[in-house]
Amino acid sequence: MNELLEIDDLVVRFRVVGMTKALLKGIRDPFIDAVLNVSFDVKEGETFGLVGESGSGKTTLGRAIIGLAPTKSGSIKFKGVELTTLGDGAFKQYRRNIAMMFQDPVASLSPRLTVRSLLAEPFKIHNMRDRDLDAEARRLLEMVGLNDSFFGRYPHELSGGQARRVGVARALSLEPKLIIADEPTAGLDVSVQGEVLNLLARLQSKLGLSYLIITHNLPVIRHVSDRIAIMYLGRFVEYGRTEEIFRHAAHPYTRALISAVPQPDPDLRREIVKLVGEIPSLANRPSGCEFHTRCPFARTECRESIPAQREIAPGHGHRCHFPLPEPEADAA
Amino acid sequence: MDHVLSIRNLTIDFDTPRGRVHALRDVSLEVPHRKIVGIVGESGCGKSTLISAALGLLASNGTVRGGEVLFEGKDILKMSQTDLRSIRGERISMVFQDPMTSLNPVLSVAQLMTDIQYRHLKRKPDEKRARAIEMLRQVGIPDPEQRIDHYPFQFSGGMRQRIAIAMALITNPSLLIADEPTTALDVTLEAQIIHLLRELHGSKFQSSIAFVSHNLGLIAEMCDEVVVMYAGEVIEQGSVRDLFHRPSHPYTQALLTCDPARIKKATRELPTIPGDVPNLIDLPQGCVFRPRCPKAFEPCGKTPPRPAAVAAGHEARCFLLAP
Repeated sequence: MNELLEIDDLVVRFRVVGMTKALLKGIRDPFIDAVLNVSFDVKEGETFGLVGESGSGKTTLGRAIIGLAPTKSGSIKFKGVELTTLGDGAFKQYRRNIAMMFQDPVASLSPRLTVRSLLAEPFKIHNMRDRDLDAEARRLLEMVGLNDSFFGRYPHELSGGQARRVGVARALSLEPKLIIADEPTAGLDVSVQGEVLNLLARLQSKLGLSYLIITHNLPVIRHVSDRIAIMYLGRFVEYGRTEEIFRHAAHPYTRALISAVPQPDPDLRREIVKLVGEIPSLANRPSGCEFHTRCPFARTECRESIPAQREIAPGHGHRCHFPLPEPEADAA
Repeated sequence: MDHVLSIRNLTIDFDTPRGRVHALRDVSLEVPHRKIVGIVGESGCGKSTLISAALGLLASNGTVRGGEVLFEGKDILKMSQTDLRSIRGERISMVFQDPMTSLNPVLSVAQLMTDIQYRHLKRKPDEKRARAIEMLRQVGIPDPEQRIDHYPFQFSGGMRQRIAIAMALITNPSLLIADEPTTALDVTLEAQIIHLLRELHGSKFQSSIAFVSHNLGLIAEMCDEVVVMYAGEVIEQGSVRDLFHRPSHPYTQALLTCDPARIKKATRELPTIPGDVPNLIDLPQGCVFRPRCPKAFEPCGKTPPRPAAVAAGHEARCFLLAP
């Protein structure tokens, strides 16, 4: 498989204190790094999952890829072409190949446009007015399991699942190679969630799409992704093939996330909560391993030195001084 | 057995410009003393209407067509506003979904938590504050003596939900209603809050809890009894083990099958429930789940099924159980 998207050592930095204020108050570091030294690639036809809690930088990383967040350093290559240094005009051409589905299905659609205009909009933006827009809109709606009776409807007249389908149709309109889906199932009921995920899977095999799925929902990502990366404070703390991560999570944070998912079985009630506290502020990164403030296994070394990224198996890496051992064979 | 809350045959309609919405139909359920009862269902199933009715907070276009809501033996629907006010916040309290918006942003936590004790006229301000600090300590706010003077925005989401729980329990109510209390939180915080609620429930607090959620995992973890709602009806209820191990209504079975956390083997083709939730203005004839039910047969289209006993304390509204 070929690499479609390659990201190398990417840093996304935001200024959080204005220049004058920083000068007057003597604030030396007016920046926060929302994404820090992130490297990964997405292959053609693959689904890559970015997992993390709120504030881990997963959405910012997704936005940086389509040019909605400023990159400080590092590189983003799409089909071998560097995107971070492209001018606006040239970037717009590439932008057609990468579509984004934003988080809230209803709020991400303009409330003043009908479904038909929402679907025609991408063609207008990319100067493709010569196409039969009605036919295009109809074709897109059919692809996502809706029909042209929805043409005249406004977003508030759609259910969450229907709005999500319109979002998928919009993302598909310019025949992208990669779709970045930010929390594609948040706010949907379980029965509808399955329909949306199945739709995404069907479109993937039909059109050969790649997905970058951003989510905090581990039960969902386990079913839909080939590889995942777990983010904490802007860094990848662990990455690898999905089944491998769920079988043997080496980083304590990954394991805590997996064990925090409530089990829909009353006989499996968990009695212990492993993780204490909450995610620290990006403006105030802890020393050493940034997870040590919440880690149940933290030792002196963790507070002092930053763990390097290590691979324990081909394609499975983590940042931890004391990775957890492989579970017993029967645990799988 | 004594019940803190007992809802009997409650039927509620809402008048809207599009017609009459039959939001709840013949809903009966009980919250026994000291138990945690889960109310589970997808959006639009009537969970929120049920809670509003239990608190006497029905919207002005809502009409109770029949039934009663007995709280400690008295019908909430027949109470005067004065009586209701003496119950709400004191005997029944509530934890809302979003801790960011449910706390008043212009009041400090100290003010919020002393204000809620306003009915205790004999309690001195110092004593109210001391109680508030003690309550914050119990919900795991570090350093409560200092933190109590902070404002809600100075706390993180998880801490804010802990404060909301502290406020709800400070009056030691007999019923706590928790409406999706962890939906706005991350999984690790969700686990902490759920653990806290169970710990408090197991300790000195005498409250029964009505726990509303759409997350089956949380229901399984928290609750003693479960009520499953669909399109304004209670379609199945029973103990948490009965519900999860012996689901008897096809909808409950489908709902459990759809939960990706229950599917052990990774799959790209996730199970779904075909079709849509029925329109509550124009309900299908017979059973409300019939249009989507894989097991529907002849009697389902004629009359709505009555609740049928599956086992002691476990019943479901389905003709398969009582033709």
